Amino acid sequence: MSVLVYTETENGIFKKAAFEAASYAKGVADALGTSVTALAINANSASELGKYGVEKILHISNEALDTFKAKAYAAAIAEASSQENSEIVILSSSANSKYIAGLLAGKLKAGVASNVVKLPLSTNPFTVERTAFTNKAFQQTTITTGKKVICVSSNAFGLIENEVSCEVVDFSINQITDTVEVVSVDKASDKVSIADAEVVVSGGRGLKGPENWHLIEDLAAVLGAATACSKPVSDMGWRPHGEHVGQTGKPVASNLYIAVGISGAIQHLAGVSASKTKVVINTDPEAPFFKAADYGIVGDAFEVVPELIEKLKAFKALSN
Amino acid sequence: MKILVCISHVPDTTSKINFVENDTKFDTNGVSFIINPNDEFGLTRAMWFKEKQGASVDVVNVGDASTEPTLRKCLAIGADNAIRVNAVPTDSYFVASQLAEVVKNGSYDLIIAGRESIDYNGGVVQGILADLVEANFVNTCVGLEVDGTEATAIREIDGGKETIKTSLPLVIGGQKGLVEESDLRIPNMRGIMMARKKPLTVVEPTSSEAYTKAESFSKPEAKGSVTLVDASNIDQLIDLLHKEAKVI
Repeated sequence: MSVLVYTETENGIFKKAAFEAASYAKGVADALGTSVTALAINANSASELGKYGVEKILHISNEALDTFKAKAYAAAIAEASSQENSEIVILSSSANSKYIAGLLAGKLKAGVASNVVKLPLSTNPFTVERTAFTNKAFQQTTITTGKKVICVSSNAFGLIENEVSCEVVDFSINQITDTVEVVSVDKASDKVSIADAEVVVSGGRGLKGPENWHLIEDLAAVLGAATACSKPVSDMGWRPHGEHVGQTGKPVASNLYIAVGISGAIQHLAGVSASKTKVVINTDPEAPFFKAADYGIVGDAFEVVPELIEKLKAFKALSN
Repeated sequence: MKILVCISHVPDTTSKINFVENDTKFDTNGVSFIINPNDEFGLTRAMWFKEKQGASVDVVNVGDASTEPTLRKCLAIGADNAIRVNAVPTDSYFVASQLAEVVKNGSYDLIIAGRESIDYNGGVVQGILADLVEANFVNTCVGLEVDGTEATAIREIDGGKETIKTSLPLVIGGQKGLVEESDLRIPNMRGIMMARKKPLTVVEPTSSEAYTKAESFSKPEAKGSVTLVDASNIDQLIDLLHKEAKVI
């Protein structure tokens, strides 16, 4: 009857989203008077999850699952949920977890709620709050099936430490033949991804051309941030599509979002509105982004950003 | 190759979002509806398969009669046939079950859906569908080539991309990257005239229940006004981000 959480790893290390999903699962378990069981695949140090309230960890060590395989992973989660008799399965909102969610819901005949931002509003009926219309609204949704799959929105619930003693139990699954095979991965290992970033620095047309992107990259480097861009910038080919954030691009839910030379079209603002603090730097005081931002500087990015970089370097040097 | 493109009928991206009937229903008053952008990238890629590889392209929507103009637009862009499952799309599982029925009846090889609809942002219909019809599945798909029954797909992952080899039958959750924004097609007059004559078949839904129920909607609280910092006083911005927002 425990709440099951799938805790995602990358190269054996838990992602922050995994700890957030575990924190959320603990909250749900407390509301239901039960405990949390996690499923982890090829984790170096599975017992770390105890810090976030996980009492039992089903751990799969299987080289065949070193690369992500949606179908096999979904099957493993389904098997764990039936073994543990878990009615509720919690996932994060990472690209891989969202990939799994539909497959898993199909397998379990479960109702799904994605983009969930809060603990259940009630557990009987089981009603959760999720975002809809690209953050322009919240939807209160009741899951009416016995089995339930919940994807927790990134950076909405946060990490909540709740140290418990936990046991790690080996778990194995039957061999799954997956006919979807990853043949190569192209991922910059030295860069933080938009999905995982605490800080995102984003550039728009105001930067005038791809040759000026060092401003965005340098600012991001000082802040340990991911870089992103507006839709026109990716459409013009200045930056790859993977950096496009907004309604039809990637969603951003960072702690700090800095928009440089982005006017703030409604689709862009919707896509980044889950970020906690937003800063805009733009020459045009009438740019719509100023209405959506927390802090703003009316000024020329080519003057403001270099100075901001220098001052942030000094600030970082001082605070270290 | 028989392709089915699943089309959501969604409010235009610039729509004001409001709710009626005690905040239980989306207010369609004054809202114009479009092909879900993620689906439109998929439809455009399907047109490429039609023109270059001789594929046939059907489009399907689960919705009431009000979605027909959106399906007609798909026909005007170049789809061969449209199917409307005559039901209000109440929930992801319900929609996936309806689509699964259409897929089985039409024996499609490639089913292109979007990563998510831009209205309810569920993002799981395509995965449930793949499970129900026992097809291969690639989500957040930004590139797709098909050679015979073999498919090569590019999937966007957090922080990069991966290349995938798989085979038909295949369901994809597509998005921008399948084609470029500049490849999207605006229907011309000839396409619009031809679309009027193309078949739009209405089928009744199969009995399937919804697994979730939308109770109500609410809107985020209005945001406070922006704190402006003078361009000559960048120290102040750093101070605010450190002490007030506590984000650096």
